[in-house]
Amino acid sequence: MPSEVLTEFRVVHEKPHSFYATYKRKEELQHQTHYCPGCGHGTIHKMLARAIDELGIQDRTVLISPVGCSVFAYYYFDVGNVQAAHGRASAVATAVKRTRPESVVISYQGDGDLSAIGSAEILHAANRGESIAVIFVNNAIYSMTGGQFAPTTLLGQKSTTTPLGRSAENEGYPLRMSELLATLEAPVYIERVGLGDNKEIAQASRAIRRAVENQVRGLGFSFIEVLSPCPTIWKLSPVDSQRWVREVMEKTYPLGVLRDRTKERQPRVWPEEVALESIPGILGLTDGEALLPKELATAGKPIDLQVRVAGFGGQGVLLLGEVLAEAGLDAGLEVSWLPSYGPEMRSGTSNCHVRLSREAIDSPLVTAPNVLVAMNEPSLKKFDKAVKAGGWVIYNGDVFPEECARADVHVLALPFTQIADELGDARAANMVMLGALLELADALPQASVYAALRRLVKNAKYFALDERALARGRELFRAAAKEVSHAG
Amino acid sequence: MRKQLMKGNEAIVRSAILAGCRAFYGYPITPASEIAEAAALYLPQAGGVFLQAESEVAAINMLYGASSAGVRCMTASSGPGISLMQEGISYMAGAELPCVVADLMRGGPGLGSINAEQSDYNQVVKGGGNGSYHTLVVAPSSAQEMADLTALAFELADRYRNPVFVLADGFIGQMMEPVEFPERAIAPRMPEWAVAGTRETRRNLITSLHLGCDELEAHVQHLEEKYRRAERAEQRAESWRTEDAEIVLVGYGMVGRILKAVTAEARASGLPMGLLRPITLYPFPVTEVKRLAQRARVFVVVEMSNGQMVDDVRLALNGARPVEFVNRMGGNVPSHEDVLGVVRRLAAEMGLAQFTARRAEEEQMAHA
Repeated sequence: MPSEVLTEFRVVHEKPHSFYATYKRKEELQHQTHYCPGCGHGTIHKMLARAIDELGIQDRTVLISPVGCSVFAYYYFDVGNVQAAHGRASAVATAVKRTRPESVVISYQGDGDLSAIGSAEILHAANRGESIAVIFVNNAIYSMTGGQFAPTTLLGQKSTTTPLGRSAENEGYPLRMSELLATLEAPVYIERVGLGDNKEIAQASRAIRRAVENQVRGLGFSFIEVLSPCPTIWKLSPVDSQRWVREVMEKTYPLGVLRDRTKERQPRVWPEEVALESIPGILGLTDGEALLPKELATAGKPIDLQVRVAGFGGQGVLLLGEVLAEAGLDAGLEVSWLPSYGPEMRSGTSNCHVRLSREAIDSPLVTAPNVLVAMNEPSLKKFDKAVKAGGWVIYNGDVFPEECARADVHVLALPFTQIADELGDARAANMVMLGALLELADALPQASVYAALRRLVKNAKYFALDERALARGRELFRAAAKEVSHAG
Repeated sequence: MRKQLMKGNEAIVRSAILAGCRAFYGYPITPASEIAEAAALYLPQAGGVFLQAESEVAAINMLYGASSAGVRCMTASSGPGISLMQEGISYMAGAELPCVVADLMRGGPGLGSINAEQSDYNQVVKGGGNGSYHTLVVAPSSAQEMADLTALAFELADRYRNPVFVLADGFIGQMMEPVEFPERAIAPRMPEWAVAGTRETRRNLITSLHLGCDELEAHVQHLEEKYRRAERAEQRAESWRTEDAEIVLVGYGMVGRILKAVTAEARASGLPMGLLRPITLYPFPVTEVKRLAQRARVFVVVEMSNGQMVDDVRLALNGARPVEFVNRMGGNVPSHEDVLGVVRRLAAEMGLAQFTARRAEEEQMAHA
């Protein structure tokens, strides 16, 4: 009986444990893969499974399957499996590894997948030195889709999309991925191996194990290119296919180690988990003084400040608005601040919308301001028509342009830049103007304004300057208001 | 915890980390770059991963990997970048991988402009990738909602094992408003289906490939069941002053804010008007639209696009009520006058003038 005979055999070479016992994909032939006879994938799979076994990392291994003939690698490998989009395996591998540094991540990709559609992903994964192992199976053709041209197709080689053979003029030259990646600093190990004969196969097996082991040692990016036969698409017998690898492919793609920095490279240190309690502090959500209780904000009086601030970039337009909004928040008001953003920021003008109110703010857009702070003439001319009747214009300039004068709008026009310069720095003009605005609005306690300024201006010298500038602005407004009332 | 003044874009990141997000893979684009910048600052300190990818294509596929490995993860971009991410989003929906994608909409098509628009509605709400799938979509209209709805997005992503979009126009990201956050951070928790390089997860498989006809059909039907469940459970909207509204304005994001001001103004002049602000765009708040249609006689949809959400309002109404459309594009914002003009015309056509005069009197009496 055969079974009795079999029990007398000692198993010296069994199927790797990292393969499933049976392959569900093939309903009737569960001991067979879907690969064609003579295809290199079966051999490479076995080398990889054996390496996983030998290194004792079956539980830790995550295999990334590509799109291509090896898309079903997950039917064979009894490891964690993630199937990726075409060409993206090394991007997927990057994040699996960074998420689970203890895992051993192997990205398994063909030449269409890796060298064409995924060329950016592999280049950058290699350049970042991702701690992954990449097995690159190069058969110089798109096999799964029926034999189309790949960047690795040899010159003169026929494919369904290069029916007359690849020409350098039309398709360029065969892409040597290993050599390309070996120009980068980060990769730790790059080797090209072949499946041309048994000797080459033995070397390929060693290389694949080495790449996986490098990752177990925490060393970084390892890349093994395997020149692999494709008898079906090449229309050669398995034996002739091996010969073609050896005698033809290897002329364009010479075998050998292109990079070995395994001795000098140190294992990568991964970030540690951070205690949950410290997260709000890290996000800056626990610092800062408590707000003034709401009732301390100027009591009773309705507040609906709708401010438009505009000027040149660099005049501190946005900061002016931000201090105002921050002070409003500190005083317990509802606030909003909306900047103009984008090209305006770069071409020199800048403006923002600020609202302060006791009531919830519906729209943060200020289309009809009750105060316009115009830090230059173009800004004044852009927004002066929009100011609400009875509103104010604070203008940086001693001469208020005649064409902007309106009977129904109050104006405070002063050379604020010059005034700030006299205080020590022309750049504080924004704070002098804010001082004037605060005085006219009479809505915010001084303490809130200083609290806001402290949060936004960290430099002690500028803080002191801005404090003086705000005070000066308040004075100027009071003086002007007195004049207005005298004149009235 | 005190309220802090911050940009919507910064609120997203803080909220995400508090919600247990520990991975951000992104690519810079105006007006979403502050999100990546804040993530780059905070995530490493919080023990997470920030990586600027080589492209949006790579970034979304990194999310595919991160999510496969069982971590809460997110990215942020704007129109052109979202277009590039559609491949990965389709794969993630197919492989049932949760993630959060913030889209800070800018002008299009093509390079368009960097000014705020709402023209990504179709590519986000209707699904821009291949295959039969949906993404869940929340639409914040304030900095506070950027925080709140980001936290909700992570919950929904896990609950439905599906990508969730935070869809905001550029304004909402750039605007600073006071934001309050929860006191406690949520602990990252690995789902049991993840592939994490452990014994327990070794037999797990992440894939969107189902080669057999029946197999794929069954898979898509399974996805559909999830979407029906979400449609029943997750519709969210804000209705404001709609109790007796004969005209209902509909707008989301920044437009929702503008329409609130318009509604207040119109109400003061006695127009019987209300606002419906969809908070989830998929599932679209169909139930609320139908409920309002029992009373309202006309709906006015306002968008900063060529008219994309308006289709969903029409579908929800199914011809029961007329729908008017008002829009601006290119970064322009619909003004009060744009909207009020249409509303006044409708009121006149509907013979609401008498009603309006009476209501104005009532309002004045109430204020006096």
